[in-house]
Amino acid sequence: MNPWALYALSGVALFSVGLVGLFSHQHVVKRILASNITGSGVLLVLVALARRMSSGPPDPVPHALVLTGIVVSVSSTALGVALARRMARLQAEATHLPEHEPRSDGEGP
Amino acid sequence: MTDVLLDGCLALCLPLLAWLVLRTESLSQAVVLFVAFGLLSALGWARLDAPDIALVEAAVGTGLTGALLMHTLSWTEETPPDVRARARRRPWALLATAALTLLLGWAVLALPADSPGLGPEVEARREDSGVKHPVTAVLLNFRGYDTLLEIAVLLVAALGARAVNPRSERASSDAAKDPLTGELFRMMTPALLLVAGYLVWVGDHGPGGAFQAGAILAGGGVVAILTSRMGTPRMSSLRVRWALLTGPLLFIGVGVAPLLSGRRLLELPEKLAGTLIFIVEMALTVTIAMVLLMFFPGTRPSRAGRGGER
Amino acid sequence: MSPLELLSAAFLLAGAAFCLAGTVGVLRFPDVYCRLHALTKVDNLGLGLVVAGLALQSASWATALKLFLVWLFVLISSAFTCQLIARAALRRGAVPSGGRREP
Repeated sequence: MNPWALYALSGVALFSVGLVGLFSHQHVVKRILASNITGSGVLLVLVALARRMSSGPPDPVPHALVLTGIVVSVSSTALGVALARRMARLQAEATHLPEHEPRSDGEGP
Repeated sequence: MTDVLLDGCLALCLPLLAWLVLRTESLSQAVVLFVAFGLLSALGWARLDAPDIALVEAAVGTGLTGALLMHTLSWTEETPPDVRARARRRPWALLATAALTLLLGWAVLALPADSPGLGPEVEARREDSGVKHPVTAVLLNFRGYDTLLEIAVLLVAALGARAVNPRSERASSDAAKDPLTGELFRMMTPALLLVAGYLVWVGDHGPGGAFQAGAILAGGGVVAILTSRMGTPRMSSLRVRWALLTGPLLFIGVGVAPLLSGRRLLELPEKLAGTLIFIVEMALTVTIAMVLLMFFPGTRPSRAGRGGER
Repeated sequence: MSPLELLSAAFLLAGAAFCLAGTVGVLRFPDVYCRLHALTKVDNLGLGLVVAGLALQSASWATALKLFLVWLFVLISSAFTCQLIARAALRRGAVPSGGRREP
């Protein structure tokens, strides 16, 4: 089997693993991890497809796409994490944990 | 022979590790495994002749994401454990995904086995792009739209993350006196600046560019934030706002200017293209580094810190 | 095979052996501190040997220097992370096996 096909199939497998994880987990952090893995699978398929000619340089267009894709996936992870943190804070306030963080900062509400 | 063995091993290990990440019940273990997964996939990118992507994956996909997730765990751990990290069994999801996997696998294998893709076309016009490295040529010249809009996505994500958690934490003063992290920071900073500068410069003719350089700079900043040497950048600061806006503004300026001389949007003049791309990359580096920094909410005022150490 | 290649192969094999030993240590050692020991000492030695082996095969001095820099940076970062992780473990109350925790 061609090396690119190996990696492309690996990417497909990653996509599925991530998808199953996305369906079967309730914890936010686990879901974020799962969506990251799903994304990695897609990117792996793209880059594998860029390497279909065994000689010569690979196709740079998917490379550029994946490059931006990784950075976008980080930013979506960060947004997800920020929402998770917000949720954790609201939950903590709702169950009113005895400790409150000091609101020393001027930017806060 | 050894090549096939290595590729086969990697291709097998990646999904396996991903499965472990999702199966592990301990969240911190899952995050550590995820970092291992990222490093392994960086190896995969390198095997697929994509050094640009390997660099970004190692710095952003693994380094920064890992730090971000680890940092998040320290915040979410104290929530009541009503949602457990264990998986629920969902037979229908498993079945549907298995079918989808087979379909996707068949689709991938049905593709022509030796297509050069758009490679020859990029190669034919690379001379006109102003840079020698094909990936940089695609990113900043041929597909400038994508990159410009991607920067917009980054900005929106940073604004969103800040909007949900507007309160940034101040650096706590006792952690900043830690000699160990101080020494690390002193040794690291010059090397980081050098590497970031080198990466922007080398993007012209080799693997490197604004994304890699910005990620490296942000990495240094994140260490500074996590060791309380620096507070999180505040949206209210004018300097932060400018750092966030230089990249997109300059890029838009460079993209719109050709319209005035009768060209199309983002159609860089051939003679100036090299210089313009370099300037845009410099500005993008600053913006990308700042956006990535905005994602880190700063050190949490720890219980131990307030009630005395230990 | 030239003597240089033989020497390089010997370095690479020795490096791989050390890395294997380090990994076994991480998996088998009883507590955080021992595992850190395996990770940061044995693996760094293994990496050093691998780098030496690769440097012998490298085409130019510049490449050899870059390889050496890789090792140097890994050494620095692992020294710091080892300290930081050990300290965090101590603060969280991880007791060294067979020892008692300092008050």
